[in-house]
Amino acid sequence: MDSRRTSRVIDPKIRKVGFFTPGPPPDRTQSGPASSSPPASNNSLSPVMIPPPRHASDNLSRAVAAQLGPRRLPPAADHVTVGSYNPPDSVLGSSPVSTRIGDGEFSEDSANWIRRTGSGKLGSSLPSGGFDLSAAKADLTAQKGLAVSRDEKDGEVQLQSSSKPVKEKPTKAERRALQEAQRAAKGSNAEGTKPVAVSGEATSLHEQMGKTVKHPMPKKEGPPVTSSVAASEKKGGDRLTEKDRKKDVPPPRMQFDDKSRVEKAKRRAIVKQTEARNRVELFRHLPQYERGNQLPDLESKFFQLDPMHPAVYKVGLRYIAGDIVGGNARCISMLQAFQEAIKDYTTPPEKALARDLTAKINAFVSFLIECRPLSISMGNAIRFLKARIAKLSLSLSESEAKASLCSDIDRFINEKIILADKVIVGHAVTKIREGDVLLTYGASALVEMILLHAHDNGKKFRAVVVDSRPKLEGQALLRRLVGKGLTCTYTHINAVSYIMHEVTRVLLGAASVLSNGTVYSRVGTACVAMVAHAFRVPVLVCCEAYKFHERVQLDSICSNELGDPDAISKVPGRMDVNFLDNWANKENLQLLNLVYDVTPSDYISMIITDYGMVETFGNEFNFNAGIKNGSH
Amino acid sequence: MDFQVVVLAGGTSKELVPLVSKEVPKALLPVANRPVLSYVVELLEQSNLKDIIVVVEGEEAALLVGGWISGAYVDRLHVEVAAVPEDVGTADALRAIAHHLTANDILVVSGDLICDIPPGAVAAAHRRHDAAVTAMLCSAPVSGQPDSGSSGAKDKARKPGRFNTIGLDSTKQFLLHITAGTEVEKDIRVQKSILCAAGQMEIRADLMDAHLYAFNRAVLQEVLDQKQTFQSIKLDVLPYLVRTQLSSELLFSGVRAEDHGNDTTTQNDKVMLSQLLSNTSMPSFYEFYASGSNGSTPLPRKTHKCCAYIASKGKYCARVNSIQSFCDINRDGHDPLARTHPFIEMSSICQVIGDASYLSGYSFSTHNNIIHPSAALGSKTTVGPQCMLGEGSQMGDKCSVKRSVIGRHCRIGSNVKVVNSVVMNHVTVGDGCSIQGSVLCSNVQLQDRVVLKDCQVGAGFVVTTGSEYKGDILARKEKQ
Repeated sequence: MDSRRTSRVIDPKIRKVGFFTPGPPPDRTQSGPASSSPPASNNSLSPVMIPPPRHASDNLSRAVAAQLGPRRLPPAADHVTVGSYNPPDSVLGSSPVSTRIGDGEFSEDSANWIRRTGSGKLGSSLPSGGFDLSAAKADLTAQKGLAVSRDEKDGEVQLQSSSKPVKEKPTKAERRALQEAQRAAKGSNAEGTKPVAVSGEATSLHEQMGKTVKHPMPKKEGPPVTSSVAASEKKGGDRLTEKDRKKDVPPPRMQFDDKSRVEKAKRRAIVKQTEARNRVELFRHLPQYERGNQLPDLESKFFQLDPMHPAVYKVGLRYIAGDIVGGNARCISMLQAFQEAIKDYTTPPEKALARDLTAKINAFVSFLIECRPLSISMGNAIRFLKARIAKLSLSLSESEAKASLCSDIDRFINEKIILADKVIVGHAVTKIREGDVLLTYGASALVEMILLHAHDNGKKFRAVVVDSRPKLEGQALLRRLVGKGLTCTYTHINAVSYIMHEVTRVLLGAASVLSNGTVYSRVGTACVAMVAHAFRVPVLVCCEAYKFHERVQLDSICSNELGDPDAISKVPGRMDVNFLDNWANKENLQLLNLVYDVTPSDYISMIITDYGMVETFGNEFNFNAGIKNGSH
Repeated sequence: MDFQVVVLAGGTSKELVPLVSKEVPKALLPVANRPVLSYVVELLEQSNLKDIIVVVEGEEAALLVGGWISGAYVDRLHVEVAAVPEDVGTADALRAIAHHLTANDILVVSGDLICDIPPGAVAAAHRRHDAAVTAMLCSAPVSGQPDSGSSGAKDKARKPGRFNTIGLDSTKQFLLHITAGTEVEKDIRVQKSILCAAGQMEIRADLMDAHLYAFNRAVLQEVLDQKQTFQSIKLDVLPYLVRTQLSSELLFSGVRAEDHGNDTTTQNDKVMLSQLLSNTSMPSFYEFYASGSNGSTPLPRKTHKCCAYIASKGKYCARVNSIQSFCDINRDGHDPLARTHPFIEMSSICQVIGDASYLSGYSFSTHNNIIHPSAALGSKTTVGPQCMLGEGSQMGDKCSVKRSVIGRHCRIGSNVKVVNSVVMNHVTVGDGCSIQGSVLCSNVQLQDRVVLKDCQVGAGFVVTTGSEYKGDILARKEKQ
């Protein structure tokens, strides 16, 4: 692993992760035919100042999306790049492995899950977009999988290049998509609707992707292709949300710089949301509220919230107060609250349990979102639960249905989280050798278990806990590790490059692993991983498979969570250091407290999931490969 | 939300004689021309709490209170009035109605509380921490009237009233220590174990227990059952719970212990689950303590949480019988009787009018006072700010009213001065009277040229012409 890594040196300048300003155009080309970087990329800055995707490798799909189709210049290179990007996905997608995601019992859910994720991918230009279609038509070859990787694009591809495998007749949906794309290409921003297949979740992706696609779009080019697509997507999203708002949760991710939407959402909101002042321009699309008043306000409304189940309310309170943090803990507590709510649920007369309960759950979920944006793991869990509700057989009586849902939730917690953790611990411990120096960052429950388990097994190793302000979660971890008798070193992230000399392995937790192998985790993880990479220290990321998400994210800007800006203005334990008090009144000062960042797969040597350990190969790690290599 | 509300309305409190009598139990004592109890009930109603149990001492008082409640809230609220024998403590009152309590958590409110702090906030804090008890604390009222310039120099030497000594943890969420009543004056004894576990404790004397508690029902009933000697919630139950929080003898906290007996694999899963949940969360000192200092204690120690909800400064909170430990500054030094004698606190009533007009549901006129439209004022009569004049009251010429409350249908003659006083309903005041710092109960009759200073006049009493009283209690013979 190490030897291979060393051969492929990555210039740190190439990967710009997270927060960066538009610099000079890139001076390198990544492997692969990147001949077609979008023209006039420098002028293409949208007001939000997200730099255009100029880099070949992972931004390629976007570039392709921007270029393909409506302008009708089908450079062969593009197709090649599409191809070069896609095949692993498609191959894997078409392999029957996909349905093996869930073990035995959950297979149908996971199939359902995949389907849904697949539909989410439609039109969102995800590289693995062809996945679900190919899963559906398992006989498709990789090439075909490529061709259907994205519906609009797909349409385009078929139009432009007859050389492309125009296999059997396109399905109805595909034809429809094709039409839509054509219509959109005409620049008629007014109409343009979404393919029917797109569900609510998809729209969220759409909006997001629409946004990201929009930014790199060169303004001077004629009928702005992508913007029209984006507009149509937005429109479609709008329409769909209005129609399906009741039905589909989580609701589409809102862009919080969209004033009217924000207003609308505010009226519905239970938690009082005053928007924070002095928000950072680049992150206006993310929700950020004044923290101070939320908790007392919600508390004072305790008795007014009739429809809210007490257990759900309690969990919401704990989210907002920061009593429950961490992907697993939040997910488990949410599921347990839902379980309580389901136990106390009675179907109102003349309503169907499946529908009414779904609506209820939706209300709960939107309440929880108001308390704190959902983590990806929670989103997956909610999706699972709703799939179970939807699949309830009508013949079941109410109590049976409730019992079955409760046991489903129990099993989800047990199998997807607890059992998964155990398996991961088992895998990861094999990677710990005598005399290792293991570095971890933050406080991942999973990493803690691994360390403790290895320690219990009598392995001699040393742990380095790297921590960062403002949460200093590592201290709690350190306290527990030291309590168990481990030899530990504690340092802050600013010393990571100093301490990295001694380290032989880096063990990290993750909030999510995205389908391009990007690890979405606590802010600072990327930094640690990059330093480790520079020092040729293998980086092992531990993440349960239920936290995997089909989304592709290339930077930590388009989707992230903003923490309490006040948290970074205060120095813990030093009341006298208060230079930033009243910062909100200073107009030219903005504080940014990001919660997550993304770590590109380049810097990760291995991802350890409950399905096994996956070495990230080349530029991509992907979900399906992870499943395929899985030992279950 | 699975909460039940118990309002402890008291009975004919001896401490408030002569203001309180058989006809007017404490709950119905008018504050700003409304019964005390209405403030609590309406506070609860605002919070959408419609099922209320009101516990009244004494059958007669219960009948009166029940009659008033059914008249005032018949269509809106579902109020049960329960009568308990007179002279029982608050804990006994709860014991008496224990069989009515079914919800998970119980909100216990004192009936003489006047505040605008949403009880939901207390309940939410209680739920958030899964606490055994949550007490609402508010800043202790600063005694006296702000404009008493005469005795200003002396006031500075006085300490503000101390009701409780309260110890809080560093997050100000948990109650580590509380003393109440006579204990306050003694030395503070803090348990070492609590201090060790919490690391640091903040001792506050400027907070007051507002007598609004959220109890876990199981805990409350267990304590009441086990400790039959406990009389009062404030003096016995709450201090007991706080004292034993780290060495809990309660069974309810053994929810986790129930899981024993399952086979070991599920046991392990449970342990792992609870670890997953607890380790990533912000641990309070309870968790640290429960798991031992290094997490190696084989059996987790039993604890229960005692939380505190501290009302923010801007909120108004006062209790109507909160006079026990201090007197109004104006009366200070005039009359030793007044100091020892319980007395309705003037400033509290005035403040209700002044600060919390929205509580009493009145709107102020331009002169910062409330005069009912049907009240009739004679010529050259002035009504100062922060005054209140009830419906149908008449005042003669050249009167002056300052910082006072005058009830309904009072008839006040000419040339009368009313300062810092409370005049209840149907009071007749003759010409040339001067009333200062006094309380006149309903149906009191003052003949001409009476001078009252710092007096309390019981209901129906007649003060004869020209008499002068200072710091006296005037009530009908059979009362005394």
